[in-house]
Amino acid sequence: MSAATDRYEPVIGLEVHAQLLTASKLFCGCSTAFGAPPNSHVCPVCLGLPGALPVLNRRAVEYAIRVGLALGCEVRRSSRFARKNYFYPDLPKGYQISQYELPLNESGAIEIEMEAGPKRIGIVRAHVEEDAGKNVHPTGSPTSLVDFNRSGVPLVEIVGAPDLRSAAEAAEYLKELRAILMAIGVNDGNLEEGSFRCDANVSVRPVGQAEFGTRTELKNINSFKFVRQAIDFEVRRQSSVLEAGEAVRQETRLWNDARGETFPMRSKEEAEDYRYFPDPDLPPVEVDAAFIDRIQNEMPELPSARRRRFVKALGLSTYDAAVLASHPRVADYFEAALAEYGAARAQGAKPVANWVINTLMKTARIDGLEAIFAVPAAHLAQLQKLVDEGTISLTVARKVLDEAAERGVAPAQVVEEKGLCQVSDVAAIEAACRDVIAAHPAEVEAFRGGREKLFGFFVGKVMKATKGQGNPKVVNELLHSLLGA
Amino acid sequence: MIDLCSLTAVELADLVRSGEASARAIAEAHLARAHAIDDRIGAFLRLTDQKALEMADAVDCKRARGEPPGALAGVPVGLKDLLSTKGLETTCGSRILEGYVPRYDATVIERLRAADAVFLGKTNMDEFAMGSSTENSAYQITRNPFDPTRIPGGSSGGSAAAVAARMVPIAIGTDTGGSIRQPASHCGVTGLKPTYGRVSRWGLVAFASSLDQIGPFSRTVRDAALVTSVIAGHDPRDSTSAPRGVPDLLAALGRDLGGLKIGVPREYFVEGMDPDVAHVVRAAIARLAELGAALCEVSLPHTEYALAVYYLVATAEASSNLSRYDGVRYGLRVPAASLDQMYARTRAAGFGPEVKRRIMLGTYALSAGYYDAYYGKAQKVRTLVCRDFDEVFGEVDAIVAPTSPTAAFRLGERVDDPLQMYLADVFTLPASLAGLPAISVPCGFVGAPALPIGLQIMGRQFDEPTVLRVADAFERAAPGARRSPEVLP
Repeated sequence: MSAATDRYEPVIGLEVHAQLLTASKLFCGCSTAFGAPPNSHVCPVCLGLPGALPVLNRRAVEYAIRVGLALGCEVRRSSRFARKNYFYPDLPKGYQISQYELPLNESGAIEIEMEAGPKRIGIVRAHVEEDAGKNVHPTGSPTSLVDFNRSGVPLVEIVGAPDLRSAAEAAEYLKELRAILMAIGVNDGNLEEGSFRCDANVSVRPVGQAEFGTRTELKNINSFKFVRQAIDFEVRRQSSVLEAGEAVRQETRLWNDARGETFPMRSKEEAEDYRYFPDPDLPPVEVDAAFIDRIQNEMPELPSARRRRFVKALGLSTYDAAVLASHPRVADYFEAALAEYGAARAQGAKPVANWVINTLMKTARIDGLEAIFAVPAAHLAQLQKLVDEGTISLTVARKVLDEAAERGVAPAQVVEEKGLCQVSDVAAIEAACRDVIAAHPAEVEAFRGGREKLFGFFVGKVMKATKGQGNPKVVNELLHSLLGA
Repeated sequence: MIDLCSLTAVELADLVRSGEASARAIAEAHLARAHAIDDRIGAFLRLTDQKALEMADAVDCKRARGEPPGALAGVPVGLKDLLSTKGLETTCGSRILEGYVPRYDATVIERLRAADAVFLGKTNMDEFAMGSSTENSAYQITRNPFDPTRIPGGSSGGSAAAVAARMVPIAIGTDTGGSIRQPASHCGVTGLKPTYGRVSRWGLVAFASSLDQIGPFSRTVRDAALVTSVIAGHDPRDSTSAPRGVPDLLAALGRDLGGLKIGVPREYFVEGMDPDVAHVVRAAIARLAELGAALCEVSLPHTEYALAVYYLVATAEASSNLSRYDGVRYGLRVPAASLDQMYARTRAAGFGPEVKRRIMLGTYALSAGYYDAYYGKAQKVRTLVCRDFDEVFGEVDAIVAPTSPTAAFRLGERVDDPLQMYLADVFTLPASLAGLPAISVPCGFVGAPALPIGLQIMGRQFDEPTVLRVADAFERAAPGARRSPEVLP
């Protein structure tokens, strides 16, 4: 941190555009599926053909209300769509149907966990709008092409209040927002495919000053890493501009990942006047209390509540709880395994969580809101029980898991077929220990001479001699007594 | 031999159903007449002979197979070029859409097709329906069949002239501020603008979305009722289409006006109005009393603001609706070095002066800093205009007034004076702003050569039956108000 940065306080507000995972577009029946051949999911409506008219997708409104409720917003009983007018080749009608004066959701907040404690971040509004198409610039071609598959895909724009004071807070806010949208099943949190996008409004002010400084808008920040980097860069840049006695220009800046800096895209002074007005093709969106209540009642547990429950009821660390609750299917899988584990849930929570976090999450195929794990939750529970009962060691358990996953069979079957039951027979282990001690007199002498670290060497030799099936506890005890340590 | 071109839609459909005439013969007769006389009128932008004959043959085949032909069996229909027709060029009277062939049909087109109508071609219009004389077409002028030196009215001038000149018994038009009623009045035919929301706008190329409505031109009120019953009704593809049933419109006809209370608004008989026109309209209104209606004077105090409100609301919506003509996906593109230049050159070359004028007016009305003073205020005053009607319709069942303050004016007379041109719609705008059903029926003539005058009948929202009932009663009581243009054979 430079001295200049220390004298200025960043003020950050994020605008997130999240795709609502409906099967069809916001105003027509075209598919929203990603990755289709260009212009294969289009019709008169999303191509903006003369005479075509929008019809609102009810499911998109339902999803957006879910967002509003999850963010603690007031859901407007009567909201309106408005036209945002501007020219761009990817915008087929010459206007985007969005919401302006009367958005669906307003005045909410979420809480983020920082080291200093929880912090409340306001949500100004969360409104519904349609996505634009995509301009394509084939390399070497003088012409550009437009793909309208994305045109009309439903988005919720979540405008956060300028309550964030650091890049770290911004990243935390973004993670929490993403986890919430995924938990309520309306968004797959995919930054790379652009179904979850973020713009940042950043300004700095001298520490202690109440008024906000002039802000810039940062675009093209499509990863959590870039959010931090772009904001940090911008805070440093603005601080040094002010420190030099100059004024920050209000402008839109693009993040350049390769160069690790932001650069101006267009100046806001010459920014367009979007001439918003209520869309006369769409009557006001009226939602009744019963509809909102139903959505509220069907709302799944939000990540913050789930984390709290994992910590309080299951005794997990806040770190483990956060990792598990970061993806709804991971948390579901963990809970399913724990349920299978049965009676002593609290006792099984930590080892099951360890399995999920250290092993299964790493091999899981996670695609958007879907996650496929190497073994069914019931098999994971069974595996941990085999460990608990002393039937197999943790080391063997890892191998059993691999084989169970590969063959698609239960861990118990693998253990039985391969005869992997742990050797707890004291006599057999003792024989092995004596053999090892007899075979390594030099090491024994060194150990007895004080090189206690060699203990592991003997354990390893004994485990090898028992093909990994020796009960580690028994091996430890016997070696200790035989070596006279 | 009967002259097929002088028959009504009801009569033609009966002939087809009974087998007394084939749809093909009817189509050929009308095509022959259109080809013979339209070079003197200019009603059609494109006659689609082949399409018409295919459709007619399909109707004849259907009948031959023993299937009952539809309500408009074999009836030739002209279509305003503002309606999206699959496979048929649709230009909206604009250079910017020259060569544009839609890939889908408007709902109205689908419904006409399902009723076994036969499409004869696309009719001329003011570019994007902006105008009152059809002189704003990028392609041609249309002449008034009663006096070829005069305008047919607009913007649906081609449709009105085609029906008046008996090239078709039915033509479809659109009305945003009077674009069906005013040309109907000038061409001596019947033109109905249904209630906003009664007829689907899906496939109607938008001028002003909160005002646009599709309706028929015909030579009788019965034909207007028949066609409206075919094209009306809820359409899930238009969110502003009313989800309500359509009453039996034909059942409203053939009655007298006993028990009806009809209001005559004093604001519609004002200074500056042609006294001859006022006289003809007053006489027509008196006739309604003879038919059993109770007349009373009413007041619609905000009438004088309707013109200003309309030219703010309609232009604002138009400025946005016409943004899609950008040279990117269809229609005209004038290549240029940069994207912004391509937009500017395409739109400069593609739009005519009136369209540009309205885009600029509308853009201004919506601009930051002006929105509240113009668009916002216009919406408030629009509410007052609607409230005027609500109050009067608490007292009366229908309102009658002139359709236009004058008879058809001369070609070129007002092209350089947009304000004078805008005044041609002063009596039709209020019903458009309030979304009310309104019809214009011929009610007499003025001058020599005689020029037709229209009587406008406005009703409560969705009360097309009363509007049609009054119009039909008047039509039957005043046969002299309807004649064919003398200048045409």
